[in-house]
Amino acid sequence: MMEYALEIKGLRKEYKGFTLKDVSFALPRGTIMGLVGPNGAGKTTVIKLILNLIRRQAGEITVFGEDVIAREKAIKSRIGFVHETPSFVEDAKLRDIAAAVAPLYERWDGGLFRSLISEFGLPLGKKFKKLSHGMKMKFSLALALAHEADLLVLDEPTSGLDPVFRRELLERLSGLIQDEGKAVLFSTHITSDLETTADYITFLHAGEIVFSLPKDEIHETWAVVKAGPELLNGKLRPLFRAIRETPHYIEALTSDIRTLKAALPAGAVIEKASIEDIMVFMDEGAAHV
Amino acid sequence: MKVIISNSSPDPIYEQITRQVKAQIISGDLAEGQVLPSIRRLAHDLQISVITTKRAYDELEKEGFINTVGGKGTYVAVQNPELLREKKMKIVEEKLAQAVDEAKLMGIGEDQIIHMLQLLFQEDE
Repeated sequence: MMEYALEIKGLRKEYKGFTLKDVSFALPRGTIMGLVGPNGAGKTTVIKLILNLIRRQAGEITVFGEDVIAREKAIKSRIGFVHETPSFVEDAKLRDIAAAVAPLYERWDGGLFRSLISEFGLPLGKKFKKLSHGMKMKFSLALALAHEADLLVLDEPTSGLDPVFRRELLERLSGLIQDEGKAVLFSTHITSDLETTADYITFLHAGEIVFSLPKDEIHETWAVVKAGPELLNGKLRPLFRAIRETPHYIEALTSDIRTLKAALPAGAVIEKASIEDIMVFMDEGAAHV
Repeated sequence: MKVIISNSSPDPIYEQITRQVKAQIISGDLAEGQVLPSIRRLAHDLQISVITTKRAYDELEKEGFINTVGGKGTYVAVQNPELLREKKMKIVEEKLAQAVDEAKLMGIGEDQIIHMLQLLFQEDE
């Protein structure tokens, strides 16, 4: 059995004014990975490449050990995809959409679909266009889950959803990986979604991977330190990933708090870096290092 | 098994789990041979990462508190009474060390601390 549900190596995609450069990461089976980064970082591009919706210039993508281009058909039946703004025939009823979609998958579980529909409170007789955004998302999720996908890929599934359904969705994702053979990749810019259930976090910035690490490791090695101007003396600088200056103190982001700790000036404050801290710092302050 | 996770605690989550499970094993609330939830189950129940719960279980196993039987599950390990006593002693020692540190910060001397302890012991009798 292949160890990874998804493995990406040296991925490259060029657009006018944007290049996804040398993106590599791996998602082990039985785990959840959050793909984060500010808007325009390349999250959706990576997802489109995984789904083979656009062409890559270089690199390799395998899902359960099989190349996504060479084995496209077999792989697609194992991937469940939920788009940020689900789109189906607007005038079709949910029942008819499901009936049209089901035969496309090898492993459609009608019983599971019906139980998800009743659990989510979805009206099968209603037209797709009459649904709220949250309901559209639930419907799309029900379709993805019902074909028993082994790899669930979700593009910004929580944006525009209320906190109650966001929590419900996250619980469902962690429920899914009770089966060690399955895995979840979801992109988001709502970083609080990741602080709970995600096992791995892959952080994209301007088309490049900043890190792809177990969440616990990030929390143990990345930190924000605050101190006076002495923080910027020469020997500490190499340990900073980003720096922000305020009139009263300097704050800096480090990815090596263990080494930095011993060398900090007296009175310096160390704080855990949340994913949001890292995202904001990298965006604003990276240029100053 | 009872585990309460605090997201605002500065302690890592895996440590919060190991500390609470150890305390329950030492106090006997979790009996020898009792089955613990699987790593995945616990992660789902607590809404935390699988990797975090795995690390907590690994740590507990390394310190001899639990045993994982491949394919069967995780159990509270049979505790050697002497070892258990030592572990309990260690907890008392740690708490006393904390008290001593606090006392030093406040300039409370050795005699005063000993006197305080004597009073506390007498209260219980």
